[in-house]
Amino acid sequence: MSWSQFWQYAAANAWLGVVPALIGLVIAVPVGIACVRWRLLYPPVLSATNVIYAIPSLALFVVLIDYTGLGNLTLLIPLTLFSLCVLVPNVVDGLRSVPDPVRQAATAMGFGPTRRLLQVELPLAIPVVIAGLRIAVVSSISLVSVGALIGVNSLGYFFIDGLQRSFNEEIYAAIVGIIVIALLADLILVLVRRLLTPWSRSRGRDGRGGAAASAGVPETEQAVLAEGMAR
Amino acid sequence: MRSHSVSVRRGVLAGIATCAALSLAACGSSSSSTPPASSSSPSSGSSNPLAGGAPKGTVVVGSANFPEDELLAEIYVQALQGAGIKVTPKFNIGAREVYYPQIEKGAITVIPEYNGALLTTSVDTTSKAATTAEVDAALTAKLPSALEILNPSTAQDKDSVTVTQAFAKQHHLTSITQLKPIAKTMVIGGPPEFKTRSDGLVGLKNNYGLTFKSFSPLDESGPITLAALKDGKVQAADVFTTTPQIITDHLVSLADPKFNFAAQNVVPLVYKPGVNSKVTSVLNEISAKLTTPGLLAMDKAIIIDKDPYAAVAAGWLKAVGIKS
Amino acid sequence: MSFLSFAWDWLKSPAQWSGSGDIQLRILQHLYYTGLALVVAALIALPLGVLIGHYGRGGFLVVNLANAWRAIPTLGLLVLLVVLFGFNTVTWLLPLVVLAIPAILVNAYEGVAGVDADLKDAARGMGMTDGQILRKVEIPVALPLIMLGLRTGAIFVVATATIEAEIGLGGLGRYIIDGLATSNYGEVAGGAVLVVILALLVQVVFVGLRYLVVPAPLRAQARAS
Repeated sequence: MSWSQFWQYAAANAWLGVVPALIGLVIAVPVGIACVRWRLLYPPVLSATNVIYAIPSLALFVVLIDYTGLGNLTLLIPLTLFSLCVLVPNVVDGLRSVPDPVRQAATAMGFGPTRRLLQVELPLAIPVVIAGLRIAVVSSISLVSVGALIGVNSLGYFFIDGLQRSFNEEIYAAIVGIIVIALLADLILVLVRRLLTPWSRSRGRDGRGGAAASAGVPETEQAVLAEGMAR
Repeated sequence: MRSHSVSVRRGVLAGIATCAALSLAACGSSSSSTPPASSSSPSSGSSNPLAGGAPKGTVVVGSANFPEDELLAEIYVQALQGAGIKVTPKFNIGAREVYYPQIEKGAITVIPEYNGALLTTSVDTTSKAATTAEVDAALTAKLPSALEILNPSTAQDKDSVTVTQAFAKQHHLTSITQLKPIAKTMVIGGPPEFKTRSDGLVGLKNNYGLTFKSFSPLDESGPITLAALKDGKVQAADVFTTTPQIITDHLVSLADPKFNFAAQNVVPLVYKPGVNSKVTSVLNEISAKLTTPGLLAMDKAIIIDKDPYAAVAAGWLKAVGIKS
Repeated sequence: MSFLSFAWDWLKSPAQWSGSGDIQLRILQHLYYTGLALVVAALIALPLGVLIGHYGRGGFLVVNLANAWRAIPTLGLLVLLVVLFGFNTVTWLLPLVVLAIPAILVNAYEGVAGVDADLKDAARGMGMTDGQILRKVEIPVALPLIMLGLRTGAIFVVATATIEAEIGLGGLGRYIIDGLATSNYGEVAGGAVLVVILALLVQVVFVGLRYLVVPAPLRAQARAS
């Protein structure tokens, strides 16, 4: 078991998993805002995300080889796309979940639409968005391992090598490594959410599934679909 | 209180935004902090900055997706580093069909190859060259101008048609020619590319007139192939001749009198603009010292004993007296 | 994009629709892997999710454990099982089952746990026992979400069952793995297109199932919430 190689590949795995999720977030927020603003936009966007999410990740990687070669970008683009598929519905849902009275109160206080969006709606949407980000990050970190099949090596390398040499220890180590990295990322996001939403520190107030509320789990069907999305 | 939590929130959001921005920047930049597992940093020298060029001045040593090739690549890497040359490893790329286009355009600069297989798979699928000398001559003539093979070693690892000892005994088999009457009752297995390669099913048909019942895509002479042979899921399989399990599992590699599989000596394939004479002399020294028994012993160490590639490579280099 | 035209050429060619590796066979294999995995996952996750939702304990654990569960790399699990147990049904089935469980479990739990407390009160007031409440109130009301969980799980498994080709099995993943090994990117794209079509068909089936299984008023309510 080559531990120095393990740590190198673990670092690669973490980087290759987290970055696309963050980039996906950066793209998903404006797209989500647009979908809320112009309602007709959302159904086609949603259908597109359903189709994209059904594409096997390996196929997407391979098809990109001709365009982006065998480097990290070949992995990052599809992973960002998959993260988008999870995050856009979450952004939309988060924004839509802002209660009307709150929106009206903000307008009554003199907030223009942009200020209302930035200072009221987006912050209130944070729990739902972060719930989606957690899923995106965890799935992404796990999917990075498939890249080993096209030579973009991460902890997934140990799956291929471990299979070829029937080397159990490598495979165990890699699986555990991926799970630990994903859980750490998940934990960080939970902390981030707590920092960003001081008002929800008192346990589930809205009466609907207390545990779910404090876990930041969205409640509408669409959001639950997004929540359930994973690979 | 309120302003405090608002500023905390702003701070955290700013932090996330910065992370995202840095990630975007890191994607496009060339940096040594990029995970070394795959060389994706663009350089001023390569034509396509996104296609995996390495920092200028380093030799990119690639390997195919099976342990022996990775071991050879590791040997190259260590020996080159021992000679003071900067190396970027890029292991486990895939089958030749995947990595050959990469070395053609210089995204990889060195890869351990097998001359006969290289010739018939990617350079000239119609070639009838059989012996080492013929194969090398054909390669030298037909490789694209940017690529060349260095000196071949005597070590060979060939594709084969291998059967279990029981099957060989049952049908009195010593050579592929004897498969003709029974081929249509047999399922043959091998890596997926065996189906279309000119020395795969196609060659077996043309050279020996064999039509098998079906082809089962398995792996690169690894546990999936060996299990399929042992369990009888396939009656014959393409097992690489230095696979240690041939001995431990008592398998029989059938003779190939018509040279369906050309000589497959280990030879470095290099992208000429990416290497200099120092690099080639190190690689030639390795090839000179490599033998089939030596290769077989190392394969046993990495596959059966599960020793780390780096240690086995270092051990061999030390034993033959090459600095690493 | 050129690979779409490669895919189209590959799909059109009659060689794909006949012979030993034809598309019909691969689709059937793929549906077999998916169907079996979904059934086993549902048998495990549905009762579990419903019961946890009903008793209201462990919900927090379920939601957060599901997230950890998603981190399990399917390829890694598959490879591990091959190396440990060789080739049998459990080896190829278990990773897909593991993949499908979180979606089914979380949605079943959400569905049952989210049933209006007033509704349950009213049922209790009418004299229903715990078991009757579960069967006659909670499960029917939770059906939309339960169906959603099954649908989501089905789509994940359809997309990921391509992985079975990595260990020499069949299914639509065969086109992706073989295409990769021979740099036949038309084959890879063609295989991917088939997977997507299959996933969309599965979605349609589930929408239809939902229509059949979930009573109309509940469907409308779920849509409105």
